[in-house]
Amino acid sequence: MTVKPLLEVKHLKKYFPIKGGIFGRPVGEVKAVNDVSFEVYEGEVLGIVGESGCGKSTTGKALLRLTEPSDGEVIFEGRDVTKMSSEEMRKMRRDMQMIFQDPYASLNPRHNVGKILGEPLLVHGIGDKKDRAEKVKEILEIVGLSGDHASRYPHQFSGGQRQRIGIARALIVRPKLIVCDEPVSALDVSVQSQILNLMEDLQEEFKLTYIFIAHDLSVVKHISHRIGVMYLGKMVELSSKDNLYREPLHPYTQSLMSAVPEPDPDLKKERIILEGDVPSPSNPPSGCPFHTRCPKVMDMCKTEVPEFREIRDSHFAACHLYNEEEPAGQQIK
Amino acid sequence: MKKPVLEVNRLRTHFFTDNGEIPAVDDVSFHIEAGEVLGVVGESGCGKSVTSLSIMGLVPNPPGKIVGGEIIYRSEKTNSEEDLVTISRKKMRGIRGNQLAMIFQEPMTSLDPLFKIGFQITEGLRKHRNISKKAAHNKAVEMLQLVGIPRPHEVVNEYPHQLSGGMRQRVMIAIAMSSDPEVLIADEPTTALDVTIQAQILELMKKLNEEKGTAILLITHDLGVVAEICDRVVVMYSGKVVEQGSVRTILKDPKHPYTQGLIRSLPKLTERDERLYSIPGNVPKPGSILKGCRFAPRCPHVFDRCIKEDPELLQLEGEHLCRCFLYAEEGGVKDDSETTVGS
Repeated sequence: MTVKPLLEVKHLKKYFPIKGGIFGRPVGEVKAVNDVSFEVYEGEVLGIVGESGCGKSTTGKALLRLTEPSDGEVIFEGRDVTKMSSEEMRKMRRDMQMIFQDPYASLNPRHNVGKILGEPLLVHGIGDKKDRAEKVKEILEIVGLSGDHASRYPHQFSGGQRQRIGIARALIVRPKLIVCDEPVSALDVSVQSQILNLMEDLQEEFKLTYIFIAHDLSVVKHISHRIGVMYLGKMVELSSKDNLYREPLHPYTQSLMSAVPEPDPDLKKERIILEGDVPSPSNPPSGCPFHTRCPKVMDMCKTEVPEFREIRDSHFAACHLYNEEEPAGQQIK
Repeated sequence: MKKPVLEVNRLRTHFFTDNGEIPAVDDVSFHIEAGEVLGVVGESGCGKSVTSLSIMGLVPNPPGKIVGGEIIYRSEKTNSEEDLVTISRKKMRGIRGNQLAMIFQEPMTSLDPLFKIGFQITEGLRKHRNISKKAAHNKAVEMLQLVGIPRPHEVVNEYPHQLSGGMRQRVMIAIAMSSDPEVLIADEPTTALDVTIQAQILELMKKLNEEKGTAILLITHDLGVVAEICDRVVVMYSGKVVEQGSVRTILKDPKHPYTQGLIRSLPKLTERDERLYSIPGNVPKPGSILKGCRFAPRCPHVFDRCIKEDPELLQLEGEHLCRCFLYAEEGGVKDDSETTVGS
């Protein structure tokens, strides 16, 4: 791992207005992403997990400005993406690509695969027509399809094959960073492992950096080097995968991991069953967003927002339980 | 020994489409004992949902039709025995939602947005039990309490859109449980839910199974959920049962190459990483393979016979059944070391 991060996200925020009344004036805000900061290093896979509505997908989209961030900085290779003009941004997207969740909805049904894959090349002005056709053929073979699939249409493929096309489309411009938003959650179990293996191989071969967003902890654990856990628009814990699974610090991470059913009848886990539902992000609880469901809640959790800080060596968490502990690294006051 | 409460024998449900006759459920047999939780596992298109709809008499007709087999339901309460395939529609209406209840996959779309929660919970009761409005209302509150919904007195007068996904799934369970069914069919009850909510719902289903003795047929694709709650498992592939046995046997010592591959291809939370195993190829479309073993094109152990003949469901040990020629040679269990896929 190199010291300089490829991508630095600082205090990223995305608020969606809630419109109400007959004039459609904003009457409130949904704080989908509320002050999230993290770094991604070259060649690593950063996993982001969380339940529905925690803001993980919005974070992914905001990084590529597919949804305009409300505030904060996204620094990619030393340049702030959020301040770029749309023309600069368009060029930048050659280095930052995305793989989407739904392999059925993310491919244009009226274009054949050759056109779908050739379009990114066309947009970025890479090669002439013959070159592009050549490249499309090459990439199809890399993702495990065959070159003559280029003349077919998306409906002629199965879910797993479509996801391969989605990966090929992201990969064809040879990006440095790929944001993968739930790339395997729509797939069957036996196909899911094929796609995970493919993504791992590609990462090695092309020295890619992934931000891997998913709700399935087992999948995220399998592919990631570091993992960030999100809850209600905030990052609550961030650490290397081994540390996170060996010693989860935040009570939310602890309960999340204990709730995953394992296909092993002999495994007796101590299950922490959380009460209630995730609160609405339009009206998040005061203090720590998790205090309404936390089994270890204290008085101060209800009023004070815990700081996201380094508690152990490169193990970050936002929880008052560890206030007394000596911070391992530099303390951010 | 007591006879099973529900027995599915050689069930065949076909769909008649423009592209010909598609055998979605092809010769499926299994049974559920009273008070037992049976898991039916399989990937999309394996026929697990159509099996459950066939039991409930809810297969859309046309294009679907049960073309063979029987579904024997033995009620302990009324001490009767019925074949749900040939039963009259009127009689079926008396059983469905009363002794046989179902929870559907999508809590968002299975509740009627125009009716209050309380009304929807008691609809079945009013139909089947002839109880007063007041008693029905009280029953609804009681059911909501049972499934762990906070403020049941208020929720009973609310509409579905006012509830979250997990709460709606609880309401679905309350509806299904309100008539004290003998068999509860749950079709992917937790698939649309987050893991922490899934844990709550599974806990609730386990509790109802233990306290009320309701037999549960749980349809799922998640082997983790199966390990959590089921006693026995039926594994389906492309409309056929490929393996059947106790949870322990299926998860710890699977014999069918498909089950073995399926378990090995899961990323696990508690194990150290290595490269994931994957089954080559794709899940076949229902009806695309008509001759030989349905799994043959993806099977690592395929041999000539698999392509030519259809394997039978063989009995291995006790209740462990497996549909594979690997075990047919000596007419019994083959040595483990030869057949366990490359472990």
